[in-house]
Amino acid sequence: MLKIAVCLKRVPEMELRFSIAADRKSLDQGGLKYEISDFDGYALEVGLRLVEKEGAGEVVVLCVGPDGVQETIRKALAIGAARAVHLKADEVPFDGLAIAKALAAELKDGGYDLILFGRMATDTASGTVGPMTAELLDLPCVTALSHLEIANGRGTARRDLEGATETVEFPLPAVLTIDEGIARPRLASLKGIMAAKKKPLEVKPAQLGQVSLTVEAMAMPPERAGGRIIGEGSDAVPELVRLLRTEAKVL
Amino acid sequence: MGATFAFAESRDGNLRKVAFEAVTAARQAADASGGGEVHALIVGAPGIAARAAELGKYGADAVAVAEDAGLERYSPEVFAATSAERLRTGAYRAGFFAASAQGRDLAPRVAARLGVSLASDVTDFEIQGDAVLARHPAYTGKVIVTLRLVGAPALLSLRPGAVAAVEQPRVARVEAVAPAIAPGAARVVVTEVSQRSAAKLDLGEASVIVSGGRGLRAPENFKLVEDLAAAFGNAAVGATRAVTDDGWRPATDQIGQTGRVVSPNLYVALGISGAVQHLAGMRTAKTIVAINRDKDAPIFKVADYGIVGDLFEILPRLTEEIKKARASQ
Ligand SMILES: Cc1cc2nc3c(=O)[nH]c(=O)nc-3n(C[C@H](O)[C@H](O)[C@H](O)COP(=O)(O)OP(=O)(O)OC[C@H]3O[C@@H](n4cnc5c(N)ncnc54)[C@H](O)[C@@H]3O)c2cc1C
Ligand SMILES: Nc1ncnc2c1ncn2[C@@H]1O[C@H](COP(=O)(O)O)[C@@H](O)[C@H]1O
Repeated sequence: MLKIAVCLKRVPEMELRFSIAADRKSLDQGGLKYEISDFDGYALEVGLRLVEKEGAGEVVVLCVGPDGVQETIRKALAIGAARAVHLKADEVPFDGLAIAKALAAELKDGGYDLILFGRMATDTASGTVGPMTAELLDLPCVTALSHLEIANGRGTARRDLEGATETVEFPLPAVLTIDEGIARPRLASLKGIMAAKKKPLEVKPAQLGQVSLTVEAMAMPPERAGGRIIGEGSDAVPELVRLLRTEAKVL
Repeated sequence: MGATFAFAESRDGNLRKVAFEAVTAARQAADASGGGEVHALIVGAPGIAARAAELGKYGADAVAVAEDAGLERYSPEVFAATSAERLRTGAYRAGFFAASAQGRDLAPRVAARLGVSLASDVTDFEIQGDAVLARHPAYTGKVIVTLRLVGAPALLSLRPGAVAAVEQPRVARVEAVAPAIAPGAARVVVTEVSQRSAAKLDLGEASVIVSGGRGLRAPENFKLVEDLAAAFGNAAVGATRAVTDDGWRPATDQIGQTGRVVSPNLYVALGISGAVQHLAGMRTAKTIVAINRDKDAPIFKVADYGIVGDLFEILPRLTEEIKKARASQ
């Protein structure tokens, strides 16, 4: 019997064009569409596979956010999670510690064998909520893992470093953050979508606590001076090398 | 005057480039807030203390070294507990880590232990009164967020390469400290580190990255990419996901949203279309060169220097010319 929590975030679809709202510190909400954050989809898949292999247990999905996240939660239920907890907050702070506190408060007495996160959310690109939650719960934690085996209450994971791979061993219960590529996420079946409507979705207030990291400003990346095509074919090579030496000074 | 903290990352008995970047940033933060000392921490196996003086070169006033035979490999719990303990010993204004594989694991743990927030993967920062403002590319690099961190210590992890290490020599006091928990008591244990290729320069440390995309057509053609990298002398080779997914190159070479995020001085994109997910990993490079036969490829929008044409024709000549240019110096 494996009880697994998967923390997932609702993020804007990254392929869309973003623009900054008039307050200069948030995204213009118009036209945004949402999806489950990339790596969280892998975390969900890992959770589902572990429970299937064990033959007994459940995957519980947790999500901090406004009412709109329930649509995202239903997607996860359709994919296969057994039930969900929506930790309601009108706004999701950028501060990973605040989110970790809200999640830890809910996870604390949940009796989970594993708590899974994405390696990082695609919107914040921070990768802090998972390890912070682990510390708040005083649980063993392995981040950014690309391979996982669980047996007899212990886990073995692999994580990629710069130019090397670490093998890591840890006892359960534990917190893990999942890198992509570990297991291809399944799609929701029609049956799953129907079933999801009846699965339990509990709503509670998110206990975010104090926020000490806030967004001061948002801006589009400075237009690179780029866009300069210096020529065609190998005849342009001498000019390129000249520019690399005299202008970019990288030679 | 509060001091500023820097965690100095090491591997295999040597400090990594990101260690000097973290100390440089701490020095800049200290100077910007009216002075104050820079205190660095090194954690590693016995012998690592011999490296401490190198941090003085980049502006560290004091270096604490926690050595233990059980710390030959990274131990998340011991490193986090020891960093948190050091940060608790002084009234630290700010603390810097690297947003490297190790630092991304370590820094959030330290922050949570101290109950303070962390700005991750920061490319640029400034001290503003009681707050620290940190810039960080978010939303797959499509939006630059300026974060305001209040409270002390403000913790930041720095994107490798974003803050260039600058020498500011001084003689650092070196102090031996004990790891905050015994390595044997750690629950999470790194049992093995397999080095992919010891000789190969890491993407995060290389000042030049030469990357290939699907335009290379076949794995064996990456020889051309490697030849160009070799001509630059100390370049690392990267790839797009199209290439790593097909197994032409190892997954660890992937640059982009779901791969490595790099900030080299020079990024050369060969046969790469420039999908947003790829740009997310390299658009903060100082200079970008693109070679692509499609003049409308999006990579040209971010390229400082683009050449339109067949890479199989252009590459051999470019490799030759780079070799010549370097030889004539
Ligand atoms: C959720 C998600 C995450 C992703 N994460 C990443 C990531 O981290 N990193 C990443 O790279 N991608 C990522 N991708 C994939 C990304 O969207 C692109 O598919 C990928 O970057 C394309 O790789 P490419 O440029 O090598 O290939 P292509 O897009 O096929 O481009 C090949 C280019 O080569 C040029 N070419 C062909 N032949 C020649 C020639 N003889 N000479 C010169 N030029 C030539 C073509 O004109 C073309 O522009 C992700 C996608 C998704 C959906
Ligand atoms: N609002 C949220 N609700 C639930 N889980 C979250 C939330 N924000 C972040 N997470 C989890 O924490 C991971 C890392 O997020 P981040 O630290 O913001 O990069 C995500 O991949 C999710 O697994």
